[in-house]
Amino acid sequence: MVRVALIGAGKMGISHLAILGAHADVELVGVVDTSKIVTDVLQKYSSFKCFDNATKMLEVAKPDAVFVATPTKYHASLVRELLANGKHVFVEKPFCIGVDEGNNLVQLSKQQKLINQVGYHNKFIGTFEEAHNIISSNAIGDVLHFSGEMNGPVVVKRKEETWRSKPDEGGGCLMDYAAHIIDLINYLVAPISKVHGVILKSFYSQSVDDAVFALLESNNNISGTIHVNWSDETYRKMSTTLTIIGTKGKIIVDSTELKVYFKDADCPAGYTKGWNIKHINEFAEPVDFYLRGEEYSAQIDYFINAVLGKVPNAVNTFESAWQTDKIIHQIKNYKTNYNG
Amino acid sequence: MDRILFGDNQFFGVNHVSDEKSRAQAIKFKEDTSILKTIDIAIAEGVKTFMCTTHERMIQICILIKQDATKYNNFNIYPCLPYAHKYANAVTELGVIGALKQYVPGNFFGSLLKGGFAFVSKDYISMMQLMIDAEMKMFNGIKTPVIFLQNVITDLLLGLGMKDLLKAYYDYVTKKYNAQAGFITMNMPMLLSVLESVGIHNPIICASINIDGFRMSGGKQLYEQTLETKAVRAIAMQVLSGGVTPPKQAIEYVCSLPNVESILFGASSRGNIQETVSLIRHFDKKMHLAAV
Repeated sequence: MVRVALIGAGKMGISHLAILGAHADVELVGVVDTSKIVTDVLQKYSSFKCFDNATKMLEVAKPDAVFVATPTKYHASLVRELLANGKHVFVEKPFCIGVDEGNNLVQLSKQQKLINQVGYHNKFIGTFEEAHNIISSNAIGDVLHFSGEMNGPVVVKRKEETWRSKPDEGGGCLMDYAAHIIDLINYLVAPISKVHGVILKSFYSQSVDDAVFALLESNNNISGTIHVNWSDETYRKMSTTLTIIGTKGKIIVDSTELKVYFKDADCPAGYTKGWNIKHINEFAEPVDFYLRGEEYSAQIDYFINAVLGKVPNAVNTFESAWQTDKIIHQIKNYKTNYNG
Repeated sequence: MDRILFGDNQFFGVNHVSDEKSRAQAIKFKEDTSILKTIDIAIAEGVKTFMCTTHERMIQICILIKQDATKYNNFNIYPCLPYAHKYANAVTELGVIGALKQYVPGNFFGSLLKGGFAFVSKDYISMMQLMIDAEMKMFNGIKTPVIFLQNVITDLLLGLGMKDLLKAYYDYVTKKYNAQAGFITMNMPMLLSVLESVGIHNPIICASINIDGFRMSGGKQLYEQTLETKAVRAIAMQVLSGGVTPPKQAIEYVCSLPNVESILFGASSRGNIQETVSLIRHFDKKMHLAAV
């Protein structure tokens, strides 16, 4: 049994809470939220003990591990407090707003030898995982170029503002949406190191970007582009597609489908020369509890298993998420025609 | 419940195994008349029940159905509420309080907040009842003998351990709408135990049940065991695992399971509708003969 607490019961926090609540290896010992209506509903209808601040919760609930799902601007200070108290930490993406504070936390988690994970759930989706296996086994040869596309219907008209529309609180399409595809490219292709051109565009939002278009490159000269737009209402929900071109083939992958083209017959088992199309149901491993997607349960299983010492703490570490933070920072500070 | 239920995912761009297909379907079903035409094909094949979300486009479809009372005289709708994306987007957009202000009808929420923070349990339950009524409005005048709670909400309440709210939903739908309450879930075995613990016996549960074990939380074996040993009126959905498993073996599998009272499927072409319906009838007959 792992004693787990959660800080921030908003949209992602509530989802984590339900998965943790149903988890056989988890005892949920405390929930922290500043909204009285949220804690009131939880106190009345669930068995979770609620707190209005993290310090009090740590004293009373004594968790082994803590999930942080607050607005991004609170991540750094909360995670620092948790690590200083010897807690294992799962924090939502993006990791930190400041690059230096992120780096400090990476070092601190290493010194303290604590399990650390960030909620980039795409790595727990079967199609992306299979793409990772194909690319890392060199089956499409040397990667030459990638293009990442993400679309969704978050801001499709002018409207009331929340923290997601405040740049200094971690809002905007770059922090909220593009972070996912940058992190996925770092994992599947190669860590991005150079930013050659950026357009951050506001379609409807008044103070943040609604779209990110950027020209990128990795250290080993793999070139690529990202097209990220959270203001496209023709998408029902967030959609992430990555195209990767190699010397021996090509991959087009999203969360439901994997299309692979091999130039010749020398390809992995289960694949043939030419186009191969596979669907998520071939890769998705059943989870013990499902809410919104296997990946949300799978990433929590992985974290809990790492705390229990059953798996290495190797996927979505603070360090890998900090690499993503660095590129976000570079894109944000690139001289652009951003009209904000 | 009827043996065969016709679903609505294809009409609203929902496809669990292909984002690309889902977008193509959204284009195909742009007009309400093309949705209705496809429902008519299913009716011609002998399907009498349409199970649908409370997607905003259903308002217009319901109006069209009511206009042709003779044609849809024997036709049932099983509503599934709420259309969760609407609320999820509202929470992203407006926060929890803002979303509640927007969707709880009347000034119920505003006046409670103004009066200081003094919610009692009864208030949350009446808030939920108001939201159910708001979602059910479009079906006024249409037969809705079973009303479902969508899986995102069922499973959220299940994970949070809020079994009293599951029970409150069950009680309200039974009493107010003189209907049977159903639950859609991705966690059938776990849900069944929780429903039993609050005194709901032999419930209607709609869940992914398929030969591939796709979206069957806890595993296919646990589902089979649950169906064999417990009292449940199951509806199998995603029987074709999203349309990528050969239909013949997929349907033979679900037809062979005990306690699967109904099979829910969605399709957009006449050929696929006819094929699925006739395969279900074929294997039902075969199982029946084998049993005799």
